[in-house]
Amino acid sequence: MVLLIAAPLALALVAFAMPSARRRPLVLLAGALVHAAGVLALLAAPPPAREGAWLAFDPLARVTLLTATALFLASAVYAQGYLARRADRDNRVFVGGLLVLLSAMTTVALSHHLGLTWVAMEASTLSTAPLIYFNQNARSLEAAWKYLLIGSLGIALALLGTFFLALAGAGPGGPKSLLVEDLIAAGGALSRPWVRAAFVFLLVGYGTKMGLAPLHSWKPDAYGEAPGILGALLAGGLTNFAFVSVVRVFQVTIAAGEGAFARDALMALGLLSIGLAAVFVVGQRDFKRMLAYSSVEHMGILAIGVSLGGAATAGAFFHTMNNGLTKGVLFLSAGNIHRAFGSKSTDEVHGAGRRLPLSGPLFLAGFLAITGSPPFGPFFSEFAIVNGAFGAGRYWVGGLFLAFLAVIFVGMAATVLDVVQGDPSDAPRVPGTGDSWLTAGPPLALMLVVLALGVFLPAGLKDLFGAAAALVGGGW
Amino acid sequence: MTNLTDLVFILVVVIDFFLLASSRLGAAIRAVATQGALLAALPLLLLEGGHQVGHVLLLAAGALAIKGALIPWLMFRAIREASIRREMEPIVGFVPSMVLGGIGVALAFAFSSRLPLPGGEAHPYLVPTALSTVWAGMLLVVSRKKAVNQVLGFLVLENGVYVFGLLLTGIMPVMVEAGVLLDLFAAVFVMGIVMFHINREFASLDTEKLSALKD
Repeated sequence: MVLLIAAPLALALVAFAMPSARRRPLVLLAGALVHAAGVLALLAAPPPAREGAWLAFDPLARVTLLTATALFLASAVYAQGYLARRADRDNRVFVGGLLVLLSAMTTVALSHHLGLTWVAMEASTLSTAPLIYFNQNARSLEAAWKYLLIGSLGIALALLGTFFLALAGAGPGGPKSLLVEDLIAAGGALSRPWVRAAFVFLLVGYGTKMGLAPLHSWKPDAYGEAPGILGALLAGGLTNFAFVSVVRVFQVTIAAGEGAFARDALMALGLLSIGLAAVFVVGQRDFKRMLAYSSVEHMGILAIGVSLGGAATAGAFFHTMNNGLTKGVLFLSAGNIHRAFGSKSTDEVHGAGRRLPLSGPLFLAGFLAITGSPPFGPFFSEFAIVNGAFGAGRYWVGGLFLAFLAVIFVGMAATVLDVVQGDPSDAPRVPGTGDSWLTAGPPLALMLVVLALGVFLPAGLKDLFGAAAALVGGGW
Repeated sequence: MTNLTDLVFILVVVIDFFLLASSRLGAAIRAVATQGALLAALPLLLLEGGHQVGHVLLLAAGALAIKGALIPWLMFRAIREASIRREMEPIVGFVPSMVLGGIGVALAFAFSSRLPLPGGEAHPYLVPTALSTVWAGMLLVVSRKKAVNQVLGFLVLENGVYVFGLLLTGIMPVMVEAGVLLDLFAAVFVMGIVMFHINREFASLDTEKLSALKD
């Protein structure tokens, strides 16, 4: 497990030291392959859980690392084609930063020590902020500054929340530890008012990294201005790991007897996120910003799924995988469209389906999948959540959820159809930017996986989602 | 020792108010540096018993080097290169900032009297000082226009979190504390680079110019 964290970090150093910009993307690919091999090896032969260990390969880590490693591998292949076309930019910081991000994300997934989780989360902010500035113009600088400032504020509040939690366990009979297992085992011995305060601060802190409304304001800017690869890895990877951190804190909060309070807080932020996304997605002309609001929406869906409990929670973990992989399809194909037209506004971009025979239809298919159309994976995970809401008698929640989803479907459809349909002959064109297997192949592969998850869900995966949900009182 | 410790806590809060009212950048950076140096003394003043001396010395030295010296030096370099001296008009005026800061201090005292510390005895000013400073830092970040001022606000917020962390020196492993200080340094370092680029791109450090992106 330590190797899974250390290998990308070592390769990041190699990337920083390497003189050849042309060969440097290969280091990224090597990092992705090593990481994927490592995750598969851990899945094949899970290491025994050791008492008091800071790192553990629990169901939460299995679900999210499996998703992230697939997404990172696809992005690394895509980067070979993408960076070759961006030979005008130095890719040293970009390649190195992505590898540090991979290492930080893996640490968050495996960490059962909330102090270590915090350090890794901070490292993820610092390693990605310079990458948003990859295009080196005023707009990307503004996006990077907002991301850095809002992310740092959030992470500082998360640190305060972590301290509150440590304090909650510092009393007589308390665990005096920040290990999740110790805190859960202490349960009722934790000071409840401090646990409650800690949950609020940690939800705000890691919720900022997830991009839950109203803490999402960095998201449209960062996703709009960053290269497609980074958008894919933030929306499909990092936000999932921020969610994992929230879930771990939620585990502790339940054990301390404050579960009902935490569920209400998650439900409120979740509904607010979906509602706000519905407002801003309608009439959105920038198709990359539209994807950012879609990400706000899906973080809301995860929060609601976890707050409902039961099968809805298992559905939420299924959804982390569906959302992560589909976001990969959308951001990578949107990146191709952005490059080919030199614009990301529907005022100028239309006819992507004809000019880019793979990326255009993939963008459309990704839209259908993410808005919950059958037979793609997200349909089944969202269905499990809605079903869970109605099954638990939460008719208002289920009703609002469906209403917002319908609005978002219509709103996104208008933007996506504008981009994909029509005649591209009068639209701006950037020479040398058509679909190639290196840039269109990775989103195609991810799309096939998303389709496969909808058509046939292997029993092993289904059990895994159930096991992850069982940690916070849910399950199929 | 108690009187001296009281004085340090009071000075930390006074500096919060000074920052909320200050329009001169050089003075503000000096104030943040002073606050950082004061915070470095706190772990020594609060030390009880002899079993953690090495740990506490490490924490104090790290805080003094990073908060008291390294970061102020970086900030002075940033404003020299950008040749700016003062904040012209903050988004929230100086008087309303002070009033909001005062409300924050009152709330911090109310909060800490309602939540008893489970760990037993601690200095009665510690939690209110920490929470007031966090609140002042938040105010500075959201109410100031210049990127340098926003970074100063972030530092003040981190100082508040640090004070709270002193409650936990017996519980938190050294490695996490070292990570916290390193992360803070790295954050300010990256912010410094971004500020340099903002300055080059817009010929000023006014984040009001950073307003092209909106819906």
